[in-house]
Parts: sequence; structure tokens; C-alpha cells
Amino acid sequence: MIDWIYLLTSLAKTIGIIFLVVMPMVAYTVYAERKVCALIQDRVGPNRVGAPLTLFGLNKDLPLLGLGQPVADAVKLFLKEDFTPAHVNKFYYWLAPALAMVPSLMVMAVIPFGSTLFGVPMVIADVNVGVLFVFAIASLGVYGITLAGWSSNSKYPFLGGIRSSSQMISYELALGLSVIPVFLAVGKLNLGEIVRFQAEQGWLLAPIWFNGFSLEKLLLSIPLWISFIVFTISMFAETNRTPFDLPEAEHELVGGYHTEYSSMKFALFFLGEYAAMIAGSSVIVTLFLGGWHFPGIPDGSAASFLGIQGAGWIWGLVNIGVFFAKVACLLFVYIWVRWTLPRFRYDQLMKLGWVWLFEIALVNIFLTAGILAFLARS
Amino acid sequence: MAYPIRRPKLSLGDKIYLPAIFGGMMVTLKHFLRALFGGGSVTMQYPEQRWDSQLPDHYRGAPALVKDEQGRERCVACQLCEFICPPRAIRITPGEIPAGDRFAKVEKFPREFDIDMIRCIYCGMCEEVCPEQAIFLRKDYSITGLNRAEMVHNKAKLYEIGGVKEGLVIKWNERK
Repeated sequence: MIDWIYLLTSLAKTIGIIFLVVMPMVAYTVYAERKVCALIQDRVGPNRVGAPLTLFGLNKDLPLLGLGQPVADAVKLFLKEDFTPAHVNKFYYWLAPALAMVPSLMVMAVIPFGSTLFGVPMVIADVNVGVLFVFAIASLGVYGITLAGWSSNSKYPFLGGIRSSSQMISYELALGLSVIPVFLAVGKLNLGEIVRFQAEQGWLLAPIWFNGFSLEKLLLSIPLWISFIVFTISMFAETNRTPFDLPEAEHELVGGYHTEYSSMKFALFFLGEYAAMIAGSSVIVTLFLGGWHFPGIPDGSAASFLGIQGAGWIWGLVNIGVFFAKVACLLFVYIWVRWTLPRFRYDQLMKLGWVWLFEIALVNIFLTAGILAFLARS
Repeated sequence: MAYPIRRPKLSLGDKIYLPAIFGGMMVTLKHFLRALFGGGSVTMQYPEQRWDSQLPDHYRGAPALVKDEQGRERCVACQLCEFICPPRAIRITPGEIPAGDRFAKVEKFPREFDIDMIRCIYCGMCEEVCPEQAIFLRKDYSITGLNRAEMVHNKAKLYEIGGVKEGLVIKWNERK
């Protein structure tokens, strides 16, 4: 017997989160990237494309701070000629853009982006292996880049692809090891459970903000902060953002792995990169920053909304808003870092990954375990 | 001979690199906030705001023909500019001034004078070579057109840009 209600709500959540939230968010992250970059460099940034009122007979366009720019970009990318060079390996050349984008969207499946709405949990797939799923899928994104570099049959994309694969092996270990303290502290792998734990016990990074002060929580937050920093740095590398954007490195490698791509295939890489940023930020928010929880805001199962009986589901929407507001803040940090830091040299990246992050993450596990054992004894 | 390279002595803060990162991020944040709230941007919104008043005197814009104070076109169609023009942008068709004319002594005038602004490189050689001081580079820089024909400045257009220039050579004046 098929559970139709479950099927329909899952479908609604999938379409809602991918097409109504993540895709527009990708488009406007690109806009934010350009705008923030411009402001950091004392420029103006996109400020012209707004409401095209002249198309409807009015005599003046409305600039609206350039908010129409992502739409114009999308139209441009759709209308561009999709050129396939003669010297590429056609099959992998066509496969690579899809492989670059799909994993980052798939990661969104296990992220609890809200509490509940009408009793339906706001997570597409509430699986118990949560974080393992995220790591398994997110690291597939590197195949798209490597295949793009290899199948383009051209030297710059090839270098980009090679760099991407060897970069991956140097940060992936630190990425995986750095979250183990979270599991030690929470005791569960399910992302929804981790958020619920934080809603009750205080966010992992700010345990003394609410639910009372205790020395034990403060002691436990030290390794969790270390783990947060290592995880965030590794996440920057995972999403190929500056200072770890060696596969793209447009100053050295023309366009890096996507040099030979144009039109929508290029757009898919672009989309994949920004969707990966959003997915990565979502994971960080879920693991360390309390997910959809914000002190003082009840979850979606509340009975009333500001005194209105039976309107508690509005809190569910507020929870979703809180989650994506946190994600947006992290995205700003991504952009901010990109326009501040220069790219690491190749050996520096390797050294950072293997000599520093990996060791710190490893020692941090023992530190957390030691603190937990100490707290359990006393 | 071996050259010992003196490596700079790094402090702990330099070695762990993070303080430098945060320092840099504060600098960019400062710029970001200043541009967001207090202007600070030096960008000029081009079609609305222009820099025309600050163009230097030696600015070389579009070449143009000028008339003298008597309303006579200075150009005598000697074609020196046509021959000196490096990209061959100038094309002159000379004509003869009829005997009864007030300026019959000048003998020639340009029947047609075309400058192809797609070709023009704004080098100013035409101005330099002109013995009659009839062609000048003006400060017009935004030369646009929707097709190639529009980008060719004919005689009427050149006089429109150039206008009248007084107080230069007057050797074709009858009184001299």
C-alpha cells in the first residue's frame, strides 16, 4: 500500500525547496557576489537591470538596485550558443556538468530546513545516516569537475581537473574527522535529531546563551569551536571557493575546468558551485548553528501564533525563514572571504590539509572524548 | 659562492596565519560598510554623469573642419591630410571655385570631405599637417552610429562639429 500523503508531501517539499528556494537563492547569491565584491572594491556593482518598464510603453525603466540582473543573466545563458568543441570526449563532456550540479542539490534532501508545518517534518528525507549521506554525496561533486577537465581534452581544463582531485584528497579527511566531536557530543547522526538537541541544549557554538549557564557546556564548547573552524575551512575547500579555488583559478588556468564550456553547460557548473555553497552552509548551520532554531521562537507544533489560536503553523514558516537567514549570513561570509584572501599556492594547500587540519581534527576527537569522559565521571 | 638567504623571522601570529586573515577581513569589511552606507565609491554613472568639463586641453577627440570669421571654409582641398592619414580615414573630392567668386583667389574647395570614424585613430596628424589650419581635433569622444554609413562624417557633419575658429591665418583675405 502506497502512502499517498507521504508521497505528495515529499514531492511538494522537494519541488518547493529546490525550485522555489535553492534555485532563486543561487541566482541571487550570484547577484550578492557581484554586489558585495563591488562594494568591497569601492565600486557600485550591478545597478541598472530592474523592471523593464520601457517594454510596456512607459518611458523610464526602474533600476531597483539591479535586482533584475540574475534574470537577465539567466536569459543570456539560455540564449547563448551551446558550442561543443570537436576535440572533446563527447559523452563525458556532456555528463560532467550534470555530475557537478546534481550532488549539491541532492545534499539538500537530508537537511532539516524547518521544524514542522501542519505536522509534516520539514526535511525531505529524514534518514538516520544524515551526515554520512552528506559526505558521500557532496564528495561526488568532484567527479563532475575532474571529468570536465579530462574530457575537454585541453591543457588548462586538464590541470584544473587534476588539481581538483588532488585537492579533494587533502581536505576530505579533515572534513570528515572534524564533525566527529559533534556526534560525540550529541550522540546521533540524524541531522534532524542534532538540531532538536541544539534546540533543547543550546547551539553547539553558543551553549551559554540560553537554557542556563553551566561550566560543563562551556568546557565542551572548546573542542566544538575548533571542530567548527576546521569544518568551515574544509567546507570552503569542498566548494572550491577562494582561497581554495585552485581548480578554477581564472588567473592561471583561463577558466580552469570549465574553459571549454559555454551556454547552459557552463551555467550548470556555475549553478552547481553556488548550490554547493548553499548546501555547505546548510550543513554548517545544521551542525553547529542550531539549524532552524532561534531563542524565543517556538517550533511549528505550537498551538497559537501571537495569541491567534490554531495559527501555530506560522511559527513553522518563521523557522524556515530563520534557517535560510542563517544560511544567507554564512553565504555572505563565503563571499566576504573570497574577496579578501588570495589563493593558496599548491604546496600550501597540501600542507594546510595534511599537516594542520588533519592533525587538528584528529587531536580534537581525543580532546572531546576526554572532556566527555571527564564530565561523565564527575 | 653561496648566498645565504635571510628568511624573515615569523612570530607565532604570523605562523598560524589566522590573525592576518582576520586583519584582512576587517579591512574589506570596512570598505564594504563604507561603500554601503557612506558612498566612498568613485564610480561615475557614465551616460548620466560625464567627465567633459575635466578633459585636458590636449585631448584628441573627433577631427572636424572649421570656418573662419568671414564664414569661408578654410579647407582648400590640398589633400595633405588625406595623404598623411595613417589609417586612410579621410577622402576628399576637390572642386574649383568659379572665377567670379569673392574667394576666387583660393582656387580650390572640398566638394566632398568624408572622414570614416570607424577608421580614424585620433592621431591628430591631419591637424598637424594642415597648412590652412582648417582641420582640428575637437573633444567629441562618443562617436556612435547604427551602421557603417552613419559612422562616416560628411562635410556638413564636420562643419557642425567644428564651427567657426577665428584669429588664425588670414592669407586668403582680399585686403592683404
